[in-house]
Amino acid sequence: MNNTVFGLTMLVVGMGGTLVTLFIITLVINALALFFPVRPDEEEKK
Amino acid sequence: MSDAILSALGALFEGVRFLFAHGGPNVIMISVACVMFWLAIAKGVEPLLLLPIAFGCLLVNLPLSEVMHADGVLKTLYDFGIGNELFPLLIFVGIGSMTDFTPLLANPRLLLFGAAGQVGIFVTLLLALWLGFSKEEAVSVAAIGACDGPTVIYVSNMFAGMDRIPTAMVGALAVAAYSYMALVPVIQPPIMRLLTTKKERAVKMPSPKGKVSKAALIAFPIVVTVITGIVAPKGLPLMGMIMLGNFIKVSGVAPRLASAAENEIANVSTLFLGLAIGGTMLGTQFLTRETLMVFGLGLVAITIDTVGGVLLGKIWYLLSGGKVNPLVGAAGISAYPMAARLVQSEGQRWNKHNYLLMHAMAANTGGQIGSVMAAAIMLSLLKGLGII
Repeated sequence: MNNTVFGLTMLVVGMGGTLVTLFIITLVINALALFFPVRPDEEEKK
Repeated sequence: MSDAILSALGALFEGVRFLFAHGGPNVIMISVACVMFWLAIAKGVEPLLLLPIAFGCLLVNLPLSEVMHADGVLKTLYDFGIGNELFPLLIFVGIGSMTDFTPLLANPRLLLFGAAGQVGIFVTLLLALWLGFSKEEAVSVAAIGACDGPTVIYVSNMFAGMDRIPTAMVGALAVAAYSYMALVPVIQPPIMRLLTTKKERAVKMPSPKGKVSKAALIAFPIVVTVITGIVAPKGLPLMGMIMLGNFIKVSGVAPRLASAAENEIANVSTLFLGLAIGGTMLGTQFLTRETLMVFGLGLVAITIDTVGGVLLGKIWYLLSGGKVNPLVGAAGISAYPMAARLVQSEGQRWNKHNYLLMHAMAANTGGQIGSVMAAAIMLSLLKGLGII
């Protein structure tokens, strides 16, 4: 594999992969907020 | 008898003879060490790292120094903790323990700034390849765009261990990475002002309303570790150690371990890592054209990271009808919490009633996760392409 093809592959798949993975993590964080809502006693402490 | 005395005196002055005969590169590197001392002590630039790195650099460049020879003290430290990637990973445990992901969990969409803030890594990789670096060297140089010293050392040292890049390059990369991290307050503001209008910079963002439960904070590091393990297993040690440190802290049941991770473990690892990295900065190997190019490309990487983050901020500003301040995008890099504080001060400069800190902290912790994720994905792609 020549350097240009390698670099472009890394740019597209690497950047795309990072973006998609972080997007999945945002979805997971939203799910965590649904599964683990703030309890009333935690609310009082805050 | 007189011959013996003369020979003994000659041995004492052998270092001076060496200095005059072949010591040019050593003198330059000792001067570099002195500049690093000055930066750390007088200017407060990353003193925790620059002091041991500079001292290691001084030790290895003194004439006839044997500290990096087999069984030398710095070589022993290098083999003990850098050659096998241990020290960067231990520092990550400390970083994880010092990081508070609450703002990010309260406002998870800002994690996407952490992806935009990594674009410099991949563009720099392409540039480095075009400039003639080998694939492994280009990946190592590009890692500076992660704005994260341990990540750079972890990635580059992996290649040094395979003899794919020179060991001296690890030192150049580490110094470049830490120098540019310290220079974030100098590099970012002009780019932030250049890419945004006064109106955009003055946008006031309300405080995040989302609340975060302790259970969510505890589950977060486990979930991120599992996702990284599935998507990019080659980078699992990096993400796993950050998340371990954070998990110990948020669990709240092992304050001694959390304190050790934040203090003793991070401090001892930083000292040994700095010394060992300084030990790789031997003048004859360090003073090369490649070192200068590494510093140039490092600056490009961090500049493009900032541009990527601010441009995503501008897109978000347009899509949200002017509700998102594009400056927050600049915090999507790993320099934590410096980048977030910078966004806060820059935002207040244009609107005194603007408090962007919590949003910037969310983007900044997103940048930490993003940088490690980008490195992890890069390593996994290299494995998939059969390069490592």
